[in-house]
Amino acid sequence: MSAPILAISNLSAMSVRDGAPILRGVDLEVARGETRGLVGESGAGKSTIAKAILGILPSTVSVTSGQARFEGADLLAMAAPRLRRLIGEGVALIPQDPMTALNPGRRIEAQLTDGPRLWRGLDARAARALALKGLEEVQIREPERVLRSYPHELSGGMRQRVLIAAAFALEPKLIVADEPTTALDVTVQKQILRLIRAMQSAYGAAVIFVTHDLGVVAQICDKVTLLFGGRVIEEGGVAQMMEAPRHPYAQALLAACPRYDRPSAGLRPIPESVVADLRAELAREPAAR
Amino acid sequence: MSDDLLIASGLEVGFGGGKTLLSAAKPVVKVLHGVSLRIGRGETVGIVGESGSGKTTLGRALLRLIDVSAGEIRFDGRDITHLAERDMRPIRRRMQLIFQDPMASLNPRQTIRRIVLEPMLFHGVAKNTADAETRARAIFDRFSLPVACLERYPHELSGGQRQRVGIARVALLAPDLVLADEIVSGLDVSTQAQALNLLKGLSRDLGLSMAFISHDLSVIRAVCDRVYVLRLGRIVEEGDCEALFGAPQNAYTRALLDAIPLPRVDPGWLSRASLGDEPAAPQA
Repeated sequence: MSAPILAISNLSAMSVRDGAPILRGVDLEVARGETRGLVGESGAGKSTIAKAILGILPSTVSVTSGQARFEGADLLAMAAPRLRRLIGEGVALIPQDPMTALNPGRRIEAQLTDGPRLWRGLDARAARALALKGLEEVQIREPERVLRSYPHELSGGMRQRVLIAAAFALEPKLIVADEPTTALDVTVQKQILRLIRAMQSAYGAAVIFVTHDLGVVAQICDKVTLLFGGRVIEEGGVAQMMEAPRHPYAQALLAACPRYDRPSAGLRPIPESVVADLRAELAREPAAR
Repeated sequence: MSDDLLIASGLEVGFGGGKTLLSAAKPVVKVLHGVSLRIGRGETVGIVGESGSGKTTLGRALLRLIDVSAGEIRFDGRDITHLAERDMRPIRRRMQLIFQDPMASLNPRQTIRRIVLEPMLFHGVAKNTADAETRARAIFDRFSLPVACLERYPHELSGGQRQRVGIARVALLAPDLVLADEIVSGLDVSTQAQALNLLKGLSRDLGLSMAFISHDLSVIRAVCDRVYVLRLGRIVEEGDCEALFGAPQNAYTRALLDAIPLPRVDPGWLSRASLGDEPAAPQA
């Protein structure tokens, strides 16, 4: 097997303000072309991991140990200019909220051509051609008109398509998709998921899919990493996780999902005891230094 | 007297239509095209639809928060369609709304105490502040909200706690009808299940009628007795949850159901075509 595209090992981080642990010795390996689900409830640490990969950890979070190797190079121990270039060219983000991710005061053309001009050194004309090709790939009709538009003139689904085009524009090897469909209607969500899958196979990129929706994970991911309190609780193939989760928390989380196909299962909140056990377990661990 | 608490028939709502300075009439955009529904006593009804289906507008119209241009709304046997605000006042207590975003619906500058007690005093549900306080403490206890929360401000609470405060505030007024508009869409699944169970318990114990607006059919299935599927301002299908989910008749309902990703491995799901893929669907 070839070397993983991303190898995070023993990554720990804490809050600068009160020293509270945010990540506790996280290990995560993502193979080339793989789709990895990163799931957990609020506060599990999934966004912190995503931000560490993208080199955009806020100053309120301090990494206390560990490495995050992208193609072998440790992102956490790299000088800023090299990090910027490496991530700018090789890693892309599909953000959650397409309205805030796009600059409301700039036309789509300007926003889609920034990356290619900066990292590929393309001139305006070539960058525009690339942007047009990108919009066609994400099945936007009238790409010429969309290039001239401002973000508010597009629907939520269209904006998300634009951001997907932007993410794939530089043919990155790794894409971090941070809850990219949470704000969308289910029918639009399905189209966007299908599009991400199609683009991914065309470009051979690995995708880290950050989400709290186990249904989305089941349909799009190869493997899943489940987090709680900054620690990896369970990791495995998506089928195993959905059909036979091992950890009690994983089982409880699955049982808590309302499902229209299983009304008799009812609503089962995660039992207090499961969460209490987990918290006690985490508290016993030596605090991250 | 009928078993229905609320009956709406032929509701139409349009926005716009004012005149510009040069007195050219602006076009009216119709959002609801003759919607009829009923909510029985003690019944929980789901209203499902995607963005732009008019589900939020419908909810607001049912509670007389916006005016309808046609149709009739009867609440507890009384026609309230054009009731003056003064006459609506006593009815307002009986029809309450739980908002989508508890952060936006709880005044950030008021303590939880004030937020929870004030409506009880305003509507005369509680005799005095002490009485209101006793009632609030009782319900906080029931909702597993620490009493210390009363002293706090909304931003000091977790999302799940804020949502429970929103539900408590409404429950304390002992309404007959509660409209819940997408109240769990931003919550984690465990908090979501908690909030939904609370509401189910309330409706059972107080005999509440509920209208549950959501885009999530799985959530609707878990809490509702009956469901209306709304599309572009029209009801395309209605029925008992059991029947509708078991054998949806309308193509749009089927597409909505099929678009929901379930937490089980289904290799064909992603490539299965769905209604949203129609080339005719407007993109912009």
